[in-house]
Amino acid sequence: MQTQVLIIGGGATGTAVVRDLALRGVRCILVEKADLNAGASGGNHGLLHSGGRYVSNDRDAARECKQEGDIIKKLMPQCVEDTGGLFVAVKGDDERFIADYPSYCAQCGVPCEQITPEEARYLEPTLSSDVIAAYRVEDASIDPFKLTLLNMSHAVSLGSRLIRRTKVIGFDIHDKKIRRVIVENADSGEAFHIEVEQVVNCAGAWANQVGRLAGIDIPISYSKGTLLVTNDRINYRVINRLRPPSDADILVPGGTVSIIGTTSTPVENPDGIHPTVEETDLIVREGAVMVPVLERSRFVRAYCGVRPLFGTGRGADGRSMSRGFALLDHSEEVENFTTITGGKLTTFRLMAEKTSDLVCVKMGITAPCRTRSEELPTTDECGWTEPGLSPKKWMRQHAADDIVICECEMVTRTAIDEIIASLRQSDEKPSLVDICMRTRLGRGACQGAFCGSRAVAYLYERGEFGAEEGLADIGRFFQERWRGIHSILWGDQLIQAELMESIHCGLFDEELHTP
Amino acid sequence: MTLPKSHNYDPKHIFDIMVIGSGIAGMAASLYAVNRGLSTVQAGSAGGTLFTSGLLDLMAVYPLTEKRLWIDPWEGIEALRRDGSRHPYTRISNEDIEKAFEEIVAFLNAVGMNFRCEKNRNVQVITSMGTQKCTYCVPGSMWHAVEAFEKKEPCLIADFRGLKEFSARQIVASLKREWPSARPARVIFPGMAGRDEVHAVHLAQALELSETRVALAGLVKPEIREARSVGFPAVLGIKRTGAILAHLEKLMGVPVFEIPTMPASVPGFRLKEVFDSELPKRGLLRLIDKRVESVARSASGNFLLRIGGPDSEQLIQARGVILATGRFMGKGLLSTREGIYEPLFNLPLHQPAGRVSWHHVQFLHPAGHPINCAGVEVDDLFRPVDRTGRVIHDNLFAAGIILAHQDWMRMKCGSGLAIATAYAAVNACMDSFINKSDRDTA
Repeated sequence: MQTQVLIIGGGATGTAVVRDLALRGVRCILVEKADLNAGASGGNHGLLHSGGRYVSNDRDAARECKQEGDIIKKLMPQCVEDTGGLFVAVKGDDERFIADYPSYCAQCGVPCEQITPEEARYLEPTLSSDVIAAYRVEDASIDPFKLTLLNMSHAVSLGSRLIRRTKVIGFDIHDKKIRRVIVENADSGEAFHIEVEQVVNCAGAWANQVGRLAGIDIPISYSKGTLLVTNDRINYRVINRLRPPSDADILVPGGTVSIIGTTSTPVENPDGIHPTVEETDLIVREGAVMVPVLERSRFVRAYCGVRPLFGTGRGADGRSMSRGFALLDHSEEVENFTTITGGKLTTFRLMAEKTSDLVCVKMGITAPCRTRSEELPTTDECGWTEPGLSPKKWMRQHAADDIVICECEMVTRTAIDEIIASLRQSDEKPSLVDICMRTRLGRGACQGAFCGSRAVAYLYERGEFGAEEGLADIGRFFQERWRGIHSILWGDQLIQAELMESIHCGLFDEELHTP
Repeated sequence: MTLPKSHNYDPKHIFDIMVIGSGIAGMAASLYAVNRGLSTVQAGSAGGTLFTSGLLDLMAVYPLTEKRLWIDPWEGIEALRRDGSRHPYTRISNEDIEKAFEEIVAFLNAVGMNFRCEKNRNVQVITSMGTQKCTYCVPGSMWHAVEAFEKKEPCLIADFRGLKEFSARQIVASLKREWPSARPARVIFPGMAGRDEVHAVHLAQALELSETRVALAGLVKPEIREARSVGFPAVLGIKRTGAILAHLEKLMGVPVFEIPTMPASVPGFRLKEVFDSELPKRGLLRLIDKRVESVARSASGNFLLRIGGPDSEQLIQARGVILATGRFMGKGLLSTREGIYEPLFNLPLHQPAGRVSWHHVQFLHPAGHPINCAGVEVDDLFRPVDRTGRVIHDNLFAAGIILAHQDWMRMKCGSGLAIATAYAAVNACMDSFINKSDRDTA
């Protein structure tokens, strides 16, 4: 196998680099060790920042957010819900910060309009009566899964290729150039080579692990952030706490849910993290200061991501584009190796543009970036990820012989067929976890207790599963769901968890049959 | 002790026993109480037994971390006792557990359910997930599955187009290693050709009609070939399963059996129908879909229970109460971020120190989740006790999975626990009446 550019890491940045390069006529392969958005790109708020968040402590980032936010709203509107946002302060918050906020915004060109606390509560009735100040900003919510899937499928339509569940395990380097990249498939354990001209490390929190394979140390520290998803949407706009960034101070609506977060805990290792009970309690307590109903809300899921924070220590002599993200040209050590890390979802396109510019310079390609001006095309296979969209789609256009597999989220057999078809196109075997990521299967109240079994039955019917594969697969699927619910199991959610265990352990004895 | 004849009971009537809860424990307690001539009233949600599987587990897995499966359930129970476990079974003799089973099975079989078990042996039942479930007492309609699987006889597993959670292909593929001679077949259920989705209860109702059975047998028979038995999803009727099964066997010329399916399933529905219709015939006053809202105690020690419902409110007076409200699903236990509590009597509970230790990060963690062993602590007479072991009310008894120190889902002891503790609780309650009247006479 060979390619012009190999991109490592299937997050928002990696897929955007593939698309950017593909639009400049460069053939690329993207290898991803787990699944698309398995890292920080899937473990965030889904917030398209207006920049208001950073005006006080990171002006470059604030300006970038404003510019990129405008581009994304214009060129990728299918991934954006343009909700608008509020910054609100409650009794006890720093009065000086509140008063200075408009001037911070003005300095960064971030639009901001002061409104009265009464107006704020009229716009957002769940706001606390302790709100003492409020500003309107241009925040929006963005679906990071749809974004990544669309970027990737556009790149694929232009001739690029995605290889999932495949990890880079080594580089063949001669004369300061990577000649071949050695990769290993996570399922089969099979290793193979890809001949390359250029390698781009978009591994995010795992950038240093990839860098080390080429003998390069990339100083990264890891910050874990946990978020909670409510069962119902409780706000119309993004609600931010008007204070310097802290725990649980952003509530982002999206589709039929709201997401509250985040925490920030330093961790040693980006792998094997999960939301904890302590973090969950902290988020509920802090979030309820702004929006008291969170104390009584039902949460359907907790999840977390690891932010890669680039530290300018030893060996980081590349050009740091801003405090937000780091583009590292490793030419001195390895000529055809580039790393992009840090940053935030809102600036993903810009990060990809700067990275692609550098790679093109190295390759002598002069084609300009087109993602700044061209619309992101929509493909239908991504239409199933948005909360609440599947029911609408079902009501609008379901075929007469279609049936619903996931009743909480109205995921149909047709939706599953489409996902399987697209996985099969890239020679991949479907699993419930894949289908869950690409539709909303199992993401509703039952967390897969019922639809998981129906989907397995259907996959056997289609001949996708044989022997005992279904049991092993549903075990992995439940574990993936469980990782996100075990810290929020009280009240109604605990009842659901008990129902799930009573069926799958109490009746089906699955714990005795899965390894 | 007089029995109320109908719902128009005398509001001044003092019941002997109020059973709170309508799951297996509540139903069993009501049965034992009416069988003992006690005037009995029961409240609880309408769907109490709807989510049960229809299989009666006794005891199969212990210790959990070893996943040790006991062929003889009594040996498993003995192992609990030997290890000093506080499992509710350790407060009941094997003889009483057996008697409890006999009494309830006699009731179920008298109304045509034909439950079967082997006294000292757990059996393997194949499920719609393609697993073999270890259980004790099995509805007659599923018994041949136990034998067919044991003998690994050539067998046809049939399913119906549109029955979403049941795939014969899945079952056969999953069991291939153990049961290579099983074979799947799919048929379109008679009269449902135009339907993309069919529901188990509708199929079960349709099979109550003889012509549906004739049509179904006609469709399946050509598929039988070398097979010596035919397995269907558990939809073979609701009220007359024995007769329906026998008719299908006669039509097809081979034994027929049912495979348990995802709850809420037809076997659970059958149990509910039997309890709902038969217990009132034996004198039970059943307050269907009514919840006990609050409890007080009179000067004489009787319980005064305020019963709420969609359209009315009643006050019931009872000499003793059996609390069989279940766990979280049954709302016998409620939970907040801070802890779990029992809402009716505010009973002290055995529970983990904090939410941090309620669940493992791994769903199928072999040890089971610690929260599952939380619950009501009782004495040997199944009276709830406080932390010091003091009895809270001498006429309040608890039964079923609300009890602490058991993980019914992992140990496979849910129904057995419900049945045995209901039996022990009702007997203890009755004994307390006798003792009291002896004292009063003296």
